Amino acid sequence: METADLKLDGNALGGLLGEVLVGEVTVARSTCASCGAVNEIGAVAVYMQAPGAVARCPSCEAVLLRVVQAGGRIWVDFRGVACLELRAEA
Amino acid sequence: MAFITRGFRGKHETDESGRIPPGQYETHDFPVLSAGPTPHTPLETWSFTIAEGGEELARWSWEELRALPSETITKDIHCVTKWSKLDTEWEGVSVDTLLDGIETDAGYVTAWSDGGYTTNLPLEDVTGGKAWVAFGYDGELLDPEHGGPARLLVPHLYFWKSAKWVRGLRLMDEDEPGFWESLGYHLYGDPWREQRYWGD
Amino acid sequence: MAGAAVLGRLGTLAPLRWLLAELVELVPETPRVTSLVLDVPGWAGHRPGQHVDVRLTAEDGYQAQRSYSLAAPEDRERIVLTVEELEDGEVSPFLTEELRPGEFIELRGPIGGYFVWDGAGGEPLHLVAGGSGVVPLMAMLRHRAAARLETPATLLYSSRTLGDVIYREELDRLAAADPALRVAHTLTREQPEGWGGYARRIDPEMLAEVLGSGEAGATAFVCGPTRFVEVAADGLVALGYEPGRVRTERFGPSGA
Repeated sequence: METADLKLDGNALGGLLGEVLVGEVTVARSTCASCGAVNEIGAVAVYMQAPGAVARCPSCEAVLLRVVQAGGRIWVDFRGVACLELRAEA
Repeated sequence: MAFITRGFRGKHETDESGRIPPGQYETHDFPVLSAGPTPHTPLETWSFTIAEGGEELARWSWEELRALPSETITKDIHCVTKWSKLDTEWEGVSVDTLLDGIETDAGYVTAWSDGGYTTNLPLEDVTGGKAWVAFGYDGELLDPEHGGPARLLVPHLYFWKSAKWVRGLRLMDEDEPGFWESLGYHLYGDPWREQRYWGD
Repeated sequence: MAGAAVLGRLGTLAPLRWLLAELVELVPETPRVTSLVLDVPGWAGHRPGQHVDVRLTAEDGYQAQRSYSLAAPEDRERIVLTVEELEDGEVSPFLTEELRPGEFIELRGPIGGYFVWDGAGGEPLHLVAGGSGVVPLMAMLRHRAAARLETPATLLYSSRTLGDVIYREELDRLAAADPALRVAHTLTREQPEGWGGYARRIDPEMLAEVLGSGEAGATAFVCGPTRFVEVAADGLVALGYEPGRVRTERFGPSGA
């Protein structure tokens, strides 16, 4: 098995992020802090076979966000996201 | 407390050897874990460096690294995601060899890799025969999926400290949290004391 | 007033939480694939294409978690998951061989507003499935049939052998009854005698023949193992589909 097989879409993060953020997360739009590309979370590349989940910008591969859920806690690092736009209505 | 699912056991076996740290399960596979795509640095441009305070103290090209004395070691490895693999065989250059002749007061190192990954360790945990820059696994050159051309190998700590695609060590005065250490993972990571996360 | 209403709406949205789902029935689909019909008290409904995360906890505290697509459109508190039993799997063999009707598993969802189609737009629906990637696409087709939508829809479905085609009879029936639905199969490993369909892995030529170029503003949904999805998605974009109109759901490494 190769790392190329491990890449998933942002949908795979929906469950994990859904415990932290309110609303439909995979259609939230993120602006990459590195290159400025805007993508719905569902469209970003996600690597979850790791000690944590890492979402990367589909344009420049920079880390957008990282999430670790372990030991009864969730850590989230959104520094790679310059701006996250969530829908205000269900 | 999560709901216990009747009849679910997972694939893990019970530990008969006494060699499996608490909370771990033995695997006979070699799971591939990654935080991103596999980097592919051509060997002609590959280098390994040791630096301190922005100053490069030593550098080896791929050929130069391979020309250093290397050893074959057999170790158990333990991943924080709970799998342990016993008797893994590696070939690599001891970090002691790489630090030979380098004088420093630094107490810590940050290992850094292609792709941006970093991990932090006390200097004494990569010296004294405890760490290698490994380029061979199981008798063959280390596969890119498992960190090749070379990875750091520090088997006495959780395997996230054995940085894949390692390119250098920075000698540090402070223990600066690396990629996972800055997001909940324990700064030190001793599997026998089950130091997985902050506060453990 | 409008601001207060928005705040009120925000207040009623809640983060996902784990629910207990009771297995009602196991439905064999193919030798390796089984559907699980589950009742989930508190289920808030879902849209075709979404998935759930399933979590299993052993007595010693060991936990495993996997994502499974919902196979059927919303039906009050009843959901259907279609699970392929992976040979070396940890969760799938438990769900398909060990779990008994009347027993419970934990799951959370629905997840994934990004990979959803409920026919609102009216544009043609183009679906590309690899193996068990057909599951969320089947939820879309079942919804389309139940709502009697007339949107033109095409499914290109890649399987190893005829026996591995999930929902085969239902797909045949749906296509036979609906001139606006077209289903094309490709069997990559073994084909029965006299097989008239495609007999190779998907490639740009096949995509062009079956789906055309997306000129009619079609939205394409591609689902299956990661490699399959990349070949298909790249192929569709090369054919002229707007990248924003090609939605992908990668399942990770293939079980094969």
